[in-house]
Amino acid sequence: MSKTTAINWEVGPIFRALLRNKVGAVLIAIQIAVTMTIIVNSVFIIVERDQQMQRVSGLDEDNTFYLSSLGFGQNFNAKVSIQDDLNMLRNLPGVVDAMQINAIPISGGGWSMGLQTKPGAEYDGVGTAVYMVDQNVLNTLDVELIAGEKFTPTDIRWREPAQGDWPDKIIITKALATSLFPDDEWQTAVGKTVYINDIEPMTIGGIIDQLQAPWIGWDKVENVMLSPEQMDQDSTRYIIRTEPGRRDDLMPQIEELLANSNKNRIIKGMRSLQETRERSYRSHTALIKILSTIMVILTIVTALGIVGMATFSVNQRKKQIGTRRALGASQGAIVRYFMVENLIISTVGVVVGAMLTLGLNIILVNVFNLDKIDWYYIPIGMVVLWLVGLIAVFAPAKKAANIPPALATRTV
Amino acid sequence: MFSYYLKLAFKSIKRNPILSLLMVTAIALGIGASMTTITVNYLMSADPIPQKSHQLFYVQVDSWDPHNAFSDDSDDNNPPPTQLTWTDATNLMSAKKANKQTAMAKSGGIIEPKGLDSKPFEASIRLTFADFFSMFDVPFLYGSGWDQQSDDKRDLVVVLSKNINDKVFGGENSIGKDFVMAGKNFRVVGVMNNWQPVPKFYDIQNGAFDEPEEVYMPFYLKEELELPNWGNTNCWKSPEGEGFKAFLRSECINFQMWVELPDLKAKADYLAFLDNYVAEQKSLGRFPRPLNNRLSDVMTWLDEQKVVEQDARLMLWLSFMFLLVCLLNTIGLLLAKFTGKAAEIGLRRAVGATKAELFKQHIIEAGCIGLLGGIAGLGLAVLGLQGIKSLYGDYVNNLSSLDGTMVVVALLLAVVSSVLAGVYPTWRACNIAPASQLKSQ
Repeated sequence: MSKTTAINWEVGPIFRALLRNKVGAVLIAIQIAVTMTIIVNSVFIIVERDQQMQRVSGLDEDNTFYLSSLGFGQNFNAKVSIQDDLNMLRNLPGVVDAMQINAIPISGGGWSMGLQTKPGAEYDGVGTAVYMVDQNVLNTLDVELIAGEKFTPTDIRWREPAQGDWPDKIIITKALATSLFPDDEWQTAVGKTVYINDIEPMTIGGIIDQLQAPWIGWDKVENVMLSPEQMDQDSTRYIIRTEPGRRDDLMPQIEELLANSNKNRIIKGMRSLQETRERSYRSHTALIKILSTIMVILTIVTALGIVGMATFSVNQRKKQIGTRRALGASQGAIVRYFMVENLIISTVGVVVGAMLTLGLNIILVNVFNLDKIDWYYIPIGMVVLWLVGLIAVFAPAKKAANIPPALATRTV
Repeated sequence: MFSYYLKLAFKSIKRNPILSLLMVTAIALGIGASMTTITVNYLMSADPIPQKSHQLFYVQVDSWDPHNAFSDDSDDNNPPPTQLTWTDATNLMSAKKANKQTAMAKSGGIIEPKGLDSKPFEASIRLTFADFFSMFDVPFLYGSGWDQQSDDKRDLVVVLSKNINDKVFGGENSIGKDFVMAGKNFRVVGVMNNWQPVPKFYDIQNGAFDEPEEVYMPFYLKEELELPNWGNTNCWKSPEGEGFKAFLRSECINFQMWVELPDLKAKADYLAFLDNYVAEQKSLGRFPRPLNNRLSDVMTWLDEQKVVEQDARLMLWLSFMFLLVCLLNTIGLLLAKFTGKAAEIGLRRAVGATKAELFKQHIIEAGCIGLLGGIAGLGLAVLGLQGIKSLYGDYVNNLSSLDGTMVVVALLLAVVSSVLAGVYPTWRACNIAPASQLKSQ
């Protein structure tokens, strides 16, 4: 037989040696398993939240802001004030367009209604957010009409305070068209009639590509209907789109202009859409940051635990290591011994960890309505934890390899 | 002996500074993370009015759509609406069937302070009844709430929050003074002291952790002054007719109602009254759904409405698992440490220390490490809560302070868990045969 150069991994002896100090090894294995469980589920939650945050609202978010005007006193005339304000805003240099609106996308507060394709209280409706807008809507919100016609000035009506009925013509999002008519191509929704308040008919005049509802946590966040009307209310909201880069200097300027143009009102709640996004997704951002911190600390704690236990076992076995070295084992063989030992422990840990990860995910799905974890998270998590273990054990293993053979003879 | 063992413990902790530091850090991190999340959950699920939370009941009647339940909540397949219509709120109030009762709603308006240089500003209003102040033990700085006659006579009276009194009247006693809001001249009858129930249980439909309203006025002024609906309004049917009055009398819900009932009998009586009331309304053609009335006391109501945020509960679970990892770490390290002391233990056994004494000594050592970890963990929890504040903003202002109970809980948790973590390593250490250790010396 030819001389074999294959390395003897000594898995058998190492495993039998491990059995003599089960507790320490089991502790490390459980620690690895629980760490993996937390880390993999955290990563999954982070990715899920991050995907929600990546959804686009449809607006020109970087260059849009809004504010409220609250009229008071007997002399305040809402209709006149709204028309004056919009004239002033639309003619201001730097402003692309401006409009009165009842609610702000992704802000958290708004108006929803149900639309149905057949009249009658016995039919279920499809939920949709409602934005009351005028003919400048496409330009102000930066949305694109992909079918049908846009609103003309004659389509726009005044909605009186507490008026209950709806305009004849609306524009809807592609997503709403799809959920209203799931069996048809979305383009065919143009010209069709839908019913609001069970029996009141409205015609779909046009379809826009995309616009989000005010509620980011709603599963039908893309369902939006545009209703052509201005609101005759003392308290009103304007949304303003500026040229790129002009938003921040126009915000205080416009606030002052509006406040000074009429002493019978208060201007309040001015906010950029960028800030609104930050506020609405704040809990997402916070959770992502917290989970990331926990993951990093946890990995460090587990790694230090491995280092501590390995160092301890090296110290305990100094004499044996010295003896092995004296009997001809190379430094590499000693390093290999500890690496293989760690690999055995880690393997048990990550296999248990894979099961715990799935278990925790099942609980999270049931209790917190999270999604089921994608399978590939688990092997990736296993490999990562394996590597953490190997890196952590390397320094103590090196230290063990440097134990001089002479040590074996010293205390005898 | 205890103080001697304490001394030994600290000696031993100092002897392996790195190992000790590792253990203390691990416990501190685990305790810090757990205490941060426990505090947030504890405050979110706190009883906001412990002295009478069992006597205050939230009123629900099912006035909703015949074809659909109010919500498709998975835990509760037939929940009644979470708020009342104007019609039901006012009918139930005029019946006066409970000891104390208050319907209420959130609104807002513009305050015009006296003086040329002060600008008008907008403030939130709670429309409510005279009983509100005594039912919820509202503290007063000056004056008191209005009386029941003012409710019915629709008097223009207000109770101000401390903040608004500071802002409009410079903090002085403003009882009897004029106060202009929503274009009307009100008389101030009371100024509240600081009041911040956490959660804001009396109206969780409009933000369970929001600040209380700034101005309080009689409920029926809603109709009189046509005050706007603030907060959640839900409708299943559009108003019949146009205008404010038609909207008020519609099936839209925007009103909350609480009753104070001293005992179970009073509760049963009130529920019977509600059932009667709904039956009567059914004969008038309202309430198309099956009879489904509820009276929930404060904690039941908060629990049902899931006031504790899901994310907060998720973090709580994860932080406990985090603590578990830290403890496993500590067990391992303690095991290493005590095994390292085998020679010393063998010697002590040989010169006469009993196993029980050795056990005591090492458990004390584990407890000391836990206590150190706990103290450091409290520091980390304070940092953690600061972090939560900066991440979540104003929303958690009332949810991120450690109180005495939490400090005690933190230290107990740290000591108990580290003592538990110490049990196995200590037991192992005590069972060292003295002879085998002495031999190798």
